[in-house]
Amino acid sequence: MNRILAIARNTFRETVRDKILYNLILFALVMIGSSLALGQLTLGNEDKVILDLGLGAISVFGLLIAIFIGIGLVYKELEKRTVYALLAKPVRRYELVLGKYLGLLWTLGVNLAVMTAGLALALGYTGRAPAGAYWRLLPAVGLIFLSLALATALALLFSTFSTPALAALFTFFLWVIGHFNADLRTFGELSGSPAVEALGRALYYVIPNFGNFNLIDGRGVLQTAGYARPIDPWAVAGAGAYALLFIAFLLALSVIIFARRDFK
Amino acid sequence: MAVIEIENLTKDFAVGFWRKRPVRALDGLSLEVRAGEIFGFLGPNGAGKSTTLKLLMHLLSPTSGSARILGRPAGDTAMHERIGYLPENPYFYDYLTPRELLTFMGRLFGMGGAPLARKVRELVGEVGLAASADLQLRKFSKGMVQRLGIAQALINEPEVVFLDEPMSGLDPLGRMEVRRIVTGLRERGVTVFLSSHILPDVEAICDRVAILNRGRLQEAGTLEDILRARISGHEVILSGWTEGTLEAIRPWCSEVRAMGERLHLRADDREDLEAVLGFVFAHGLELVSVNPIRPSLEEYFQTLVVGK
Repeated sequence: MNRILAIARNTFRETVRDKILYNLILFALVMIGSSLALGQLTLGNEDKVILDLGLGAISVFGLLIAIFIGIGLVYKELEKRTVYALLAKPVRRYELVLGKYLGLLWTLGVNLAVMTAGLALALGYTGRAPAGAYWRLLPAVGLIFLSLALATALALLFSTFSTPALAALFTFFLWVIGHFNADLRTFGELSGSPAVEALGRALYYVIPNFGNFNLIDGRGVLQTAGYARPIDPWAVAGAGAYALLFIAFLLALSVIIFARRDFK
Repeated sequence: MAVIEIENLTKDFAVGFWRKRPVRALDGLSLEVRAGEIFGFLGPNGAGKSTTLKLLMHLLSPTSGSARILGRPAGDTAMHERIGYLPENPYFYDYLTPRELLTFMGRLFGMGGAPLARKVRELVGEVGLAASADLQLRKFSKGMVQRLGIAQALINEPEVVFLDEPMSGLDPLGRMEVRRIVTGLRERGVTVFLSSHILPDVEAICDRVAILNRGRLQEAGTLEDILRARISGHEVILSGWTEGTLEAIRPWCSEVRAMGERLHLRADDREDLEAVLGFVFAHGLELVSVNPIRPSLEEYFQTLVVGK
């Protein structure tokens, strides 16, 4: 466990010293800030616009961090052969994979915290959101974190066997498709053809269902008279369990591939 | 006692995109390295040296054969607590400083706190990086990275150290430093397995060597034994000679050169040498030296590699 933590810590340090990270965070904060201006254009919907845009920005920039930094890290480790010296130490290969993954989650967590603080500040600037909204930001961002943790596990899996460009592309496509996963199944069911239906159903189960995590939007956070959308705690717990199981599966696959790999 | 036992180790790599065909990088290598010796692993580029080291470090899995280090199989993680490894052309996280890198590596061995900090300080001093211990590696020259590579291989005070081309990228002074470090390791009882193609360095420090070419072991043993078998004659140097001496001994010598007061002779076989020496003693000439003429490791290496 100590070795996994040492690797995680080193991975976190690597990302913190990477300039891309700061560019991404800066962009995200600018984006959240600009929601203030956009909010002004609406009548009384300011908070909802700020929240929807802000949560969207956190999700998208979080994904970019997961893809660019996550894939880059594993690739660099292999390409620049830092992994040679590491694996000659008493480090098991699964410890390296898990350490890298935890380090990336650590980075993501810190970034999400910074972006969430930015969003809370933007919300505080209008001063009209109910006090409870700030608390409800936490489960909203928590769900985004789960979806990003899942995307990172996907990125890690792809980068154990393909080039960074392909790994980034695969992860991004699956992220996009994963948001419309349920539609794929519905489409299959409506098609009337048993083959298409089976295909739709298969894709539904194989592709991670990122739509699962869209449970709390601006209305869910605000819960004011005009914008109430109750949060279903069971759905949130279900999404959490789904994410954990899927992540465990993806990590196990990454470990198996990585353990069998020859480092030429 | 053998600390490294390699038995019939073979590695094939698959090459080609569609129709993969195996290419043999290492072919039935068997070797034993004894405790406390500096073992030189020689061969031209592409001979299979790095492949062997990667198989020993379990970075590659063998196609067949086996390797044991300290009595444990190469893949045994616990055994890796007791060894150190410097990869060829090492590269480390360039956002770290030597102190941070060594601390990180030390933590992988479960080290920490003051003892680790002390060990790190000691190592950066030993490899001559004390002045740049807190500089990010991106500012480092190749030689400095190489030194750091040696330091990280020693962080756990290993019993066996594997160094893949430790002299490459170093200037003459750096190479001398590495030689000093390696012989220092032997004095502490550490076994060193060192691959190199810088032969004078190997000749200077290695107790035994193995020569590899195209994946096959050509020869293994002490340098003395390997080169003695190839003695091509003796050089005899005399002084106090006269023209008469020259005429008398010429039939036994394949080469006679007068250099001032001294006469340099070459006798190709044992009988000729005995005849020359008999003449020298019988006539009261002064014998300055008798030296076997054997190839340097470099010459031998050349005939072995180019000759095939």
